[in-house]
Formats: sequence, C-alpha cells, structure tokens
Amino acid sequence: MNAHVTATQSDPILTVSNLAVHFGGLVAISDASFSVAKGEVVSLIGPNGAGKTTAFNVISGFLPATHGEVIYNGRRMGGLKPHEIADAGLVRTFQKTSVFGNNTVLDNLMIGLHRRGSGSVWETLLLSPRIRRQEEEFRDEALQLLEFVGLAHRSAELAGSLAYGEQRLLEVAVALAADPTLLLLDEPACGMNPTEAMAFRRLLAEIGKRDITVLLVEHNMRMVMGVSDRVVVLNHGRIIANGPPAEIQQNPQVIQAYLGHGPKHA
Amino acid sequence: MSNISKWVIVLLLATVPLWVTNQYQLHILIMMGIFTIGAMSLNLLLGYTGQLSLGHVAFFGIGAYTTSLVSLGFDLKLTEDYTFVFAPKPAWFGVICAIVVAGLCGWFVGKLSFRVRGAYFVIVTISFAEVIRLVALNWVDLTEGPMALNNIPSLAFTIPWADSAALSRRIANYYLVLAVAVISSIIIQRLVQSRIGRTMVALRENEALAKSVGVDVTRSLVLAAVVSAAIAGAAGALYAHYVRIVDPDVFLFIYTVTMVIMVIAGGKGTLAGPLVGGVIFGILPELMRGHMLPEVQWIAYGAIMILIVFFLPEGIVPAVQRWWAGFQRSRQSKMNPHSRANKASPREAAQ
Ligand SMILES: Nc1ncnc2c1ncn2[C@@H]1O[C@H](COP(=O)(O)OP(=O)(O)O)[C@@H](O)[C@H]1O
Ligand SMILES: [Mg+2]
Repeated sequence: MNAHVTATQSDPILTVSNLAVHFGGLVAISDASFSVAKGEVVSLIGPNGAGKTTAFNVISGFLPATHGEVIYNGRRMGGLKPHEIADAGLVRTFQKTSVFGNNTVLDNLMIGLHRRGSGSVWETLLLSPRIRRQEEEFRDEALQLLEFVGLAHRSAELAGSLAYGEQRLLEVAVALAADPTLLLLDEPACGMNPTEAMAFRRLLAEIGKRDITVLLVEHNMRMVMGVSDRVVVLNHGRIIANGPPAEIQQNPQVIQAYLGHGPKHA
Repeated sequence: MSNISKWVIVLLLATVPLWVTNQYQLHILIMMGIFTIGAMSLNLLLGYTGQLSLGHVAFFGIGAYTTSLVSLGFDLKLTEDYTFVFAPKPAWFGVICAIVVAGLCGWFVGKLSFRVRGAYFVIVTISFAEVIRLVALNWVDLTEGPMALNNIPSLAFTIPWADSAALSRRIANYYLVLAVAVISSIIIQRLVQSRIGRTMVALRENEALAKSVGVDVTRSLVLAAVVSAAIAGAAGALYAHYVRIVDPDVFLFIYTVTMVIMVIAGGKGTLAGPLVGGVIFGILPELMRGHMLPEVQWIAYGAIMILIVFFLPEGIVPAVQRWWAGFQRSRQSKMNPHSRANKASPREAAQ
C-alpha cells in the first residue's frame, strides 16, 4: 500500500492549511496544517480535547473556521454548507453514535443513497418508470452495502434497536451509501467489542480497495498503527507530529503528550 | 395496507350517498372530509418532517379567501383615479388559484423558517396565521372584513338521482371532497415513499446525519411546506364553495388545534393516521352534541384527547399495527412451535 501512496503523494485530495478554531476565548485548534493524499489511510490522533472532532466539524462544513482554509479536490470548502460538501464527495461520520433510529436499517441506507439518485417532484408524483427503476436499484444497492458491512440479516430491524457495535457499523454503511471519495471517520470503533473491532478492520481494508480515501480518528492504537499509511498527531490544537506509524511510535514528543495525559490512551 | 384494500375502501366511501340520504348526516361527512384533508396536509409537515405548524389554518383560510375572491370578483381602489377591477371567474379556476396561492404562502413560510426549527418554527407559523387573520379582518375593501364574503358560487354539479336541489348539492360536494381526499393521499403517499420523502423523514430523525450524507434539509422542508400548504388550500377552497360564506373566523386557532389533534391521535407520520383521527374527531363532536352542553362537550373532547395521548402516545394507527404484528407472531409461533427463526426476526416474520 505504501508504494501506491508515494506514487500519489504529490496529489493531495484534502489540504488543511493554517487552520484555527476559537470558541470565544477557548482555542480549540491554534494552527494546524496537514494534507491527505488520494488513496491514503491517514489517522488523526491525540488526547481527548485535542481538537480532532473540531477539525472534522470544520472540514465537513458544520463549523466555520476562525482562520485558515480547507481545500478538497482543488476546491475551497470554506462557506459551503455540509450537504454541499457531502455532494462534492466528502462524507463524515460522528463521534456520538448517529443513525436514523426510528427507521429500519434498510431505510437508513436508502436515505444514505439519496445523493446517487435524481428525479423531479413531478416525476416522483407521477411515479414514472424511471423513478420505479431507481427505487429498485436503491434497494439492491442498499442490500449489497449491508452485506458488505455484515448487517444484511438486520435489514428489517429498526436502527435504534441494534446493538451498539452494530449501530457503529451501520453508520459507516450509511456514509458509504453517500458514495464518498474521502471518508472522515470519528472514532468509529469506539465501543466495539474485539470481534466487532476485527470486523471493522476488515471493513476498512475493503473501503481502501474501493478507492475511498480515509481520514480516521481513533483511540485504539493497535488499530491505528495497523491500518494507517500515515499518522497525524494533534495536541492542544497544534500538530506535533506527522509521519508513518513506525516513526510516530518512536517520537518522543508524542510519547510525552500521551504520557502527560496518563497512560490510558497510549 | 395493500393498494387493493385501499381502493375497496374508496369504493365503499363512493357508495355512501346511495344509502345516506339524510342531509344533516351528509353535512357532517362533508365537513369531516374537509378537515381530514387538512389533517392529511398537516401530517406531511408535523408527521414526516417533524415540524409543528401551529398556523396551519392560515393556508386553509388563504385557500378559502382566494377562491372566493376569484369567483366573486373584486375591485380595488389603487389610486384616487384608478380602480383595479377583477371580473368574476369560474369556480374551478378559483380552486386552482387557491391551491397555487396557498402553495406560494407555504413556500414563503418555509423560506422564513430557513434556519429555525422546533419551537421557532411553531412561532413563525402562529405569527403568520395571526397576520393573515388581521389582514382578512381589516382589509375591508378586499375581504369585506367581519361582514364576510357571501354568496360564493357553489362548485356543485347536478346529481340525477337526488330528489331535491339541496340534496343534490350535498351529494356533489361529498364526491368533490372524496375526490380531493383521494388525490391528496396519493400525492402524499408517493411523496413520502420516494427518495425526496425520505429526506423529510431524515430531517425529522437526525438533521446532522441527514446533512452529512448530502441532504439539503432546507429544500426538503420548503418542499414539504409547499405541498402541505397547497393541499390545505384545496381543502379551504372546498370549504368556501360548500358553506358559501367566508369570514375571518376561518382563521380561528381552534381549527388548527382540531387538525393537530386529528394527526396526533390518529398517528403522526403514518399515512392512515390523519384519516383515522379525522374520522374519530370529525364525528365525535356530533355524537356528543345531542347529549351534552357545548362547554361540557369541549371538556369531554379534551379528556378523550388526553387519554389517547397518555395510553397511545404514538397514536391509534401505530398502536394497532403493533398489536396486529404481535398477534400474527403469536399465531405463527403457535402453528410452528419449534421454529426459532420467527422469534429471531419478528419484523421479517410480520411481513
Ligand atoms: N461547540 C463547542 N463550543 C465550545 N467549545 C467546544 C465546542 N466543541 C469543542 N469544544 C472544545 O474544543 C476542544 C476540542 O474538542 P474536540 O474537538 O471535541 O476534541 P477531541 O475530538 O480531540 O477529543 C475541547 O476543549 C472542547 O471542550
Ligand atoms: Mg472527539
């Protein structure tokens, strides 16, 4: 995978430059610059409160940046609304479990597929053959995606009634349904049991094969070191390290940052 | 419910004027139908997008006034020496104008509430209804104010088998209401079961997640408001041509409350909910009328509402659906006691 990455390193899909985010007097991110190349799996790590989720919120348009800018596929994302950014192929998931709880698992996927379809209101009201065909294609696609994440047997259940780990997998499936080229995952494996975490790692590998670039926030260091091509370390709103996993593990500043917050996250 | 059973119900409803010939009973059914259409339209906003429009009667009233003015004609003194004269147009044309104007108002309210949701949406809609009521009350040149618009032409056609003109008019109105109700429910069903409609439910269930997968929630809310308002406008137009007099009282808050009660009691966010709620709360006041003083009647009405919300918080239709699914499951496991598959996935078994 690394050879592939070096070949495309010059071709960043996402560039965050001099990003700063202030909440009143609180500086959540002071000055962060990093980029993600096409096809890479990059992990963004750091102790709790480092500003990882805040960075995701800015990149995905949920929060305005105080300074700096986000460039995705050569386009400035500043000022775009979240749905416009998703429409450009940049899709994020949430740290807090987030599904359409009162809808069936299948319907969650059908909502996720929304942006792949088309059709005016009139066409919909007239139930044109094209609309009917599209609905069938959506259904097939949704079932395929559920198969892909291993939730096909749950398709008729309400999303809110799934086990916690299954909901986390469903979130990833819903994000994949939106057909991303860059996927931002915010602690997706948090709360998964070891079996589910293993399943999730297989899923990440499959996502990579689909030519989807991944920016991952994760606390499970074994997973981070196992799946990442590169690791970016954020501490107190500042990037303190950026490099391949092996290098990051040896970096004294990183070890210091984690030890400073107790061994819990290391 | 399957499509066939739906059409069977429609056919049964179409035969009603053949065996109900009492004019008063027909009147109750017509009024019930008109408010049920209103409730169906409200359900699109309240049930599917999750936004409570407490000014919903504004769209109903706008529809009533629009078609009345178009079919009666009006003149407006714009300057000292220029008066705009609008000649009366056919009633059916008035109804189309009512639908369009109400839809435009829905668009306006949807846009106004661009950023606001929840409580703010409620306030925007209440204020809108109140402003419209004040306009209807005070713009006497146009609306006659409290003197009301009278002699609005009827939409009715002649029913050959009716023995009197009055009965014929009622039966014709009954069929008009039934037709509009059927068309409205087809529109709503196709909408909510589509890719577009799913975005409305997504907005209700989890707005942030909906945005993150590319749903333009504002667009979806505005669309729901337009369709909802247009259907409410159609109901208002039917009302105007049926009772043939429209005054600012059509904007009374109690009408919105009636529609909200119909939707919540029947089951918001279900297709059948507002129909069931509409039938129950359309007929209930009439059943009580003979036995109770009006004040007592309102109290009883409120008490029934509270009981329904307390014991069936999701409404009647979802409760019945759940009970039916449970019944089917227990019957299946009795027939097939060794099968564990049924228990493992009750929802699949229920289908
Ligand atoms: N909406 C907000 N308003 C105020 N402070 C916030 C907000 N979101 C995050 N913060 C603060 O910003 C800092 C970074 O938070 P966050 O990005 O969630 O960290 P992480 O995801 O790395 O654990 C924290 O101190 C947090 O309290
Ligand atoms: Mg976080």
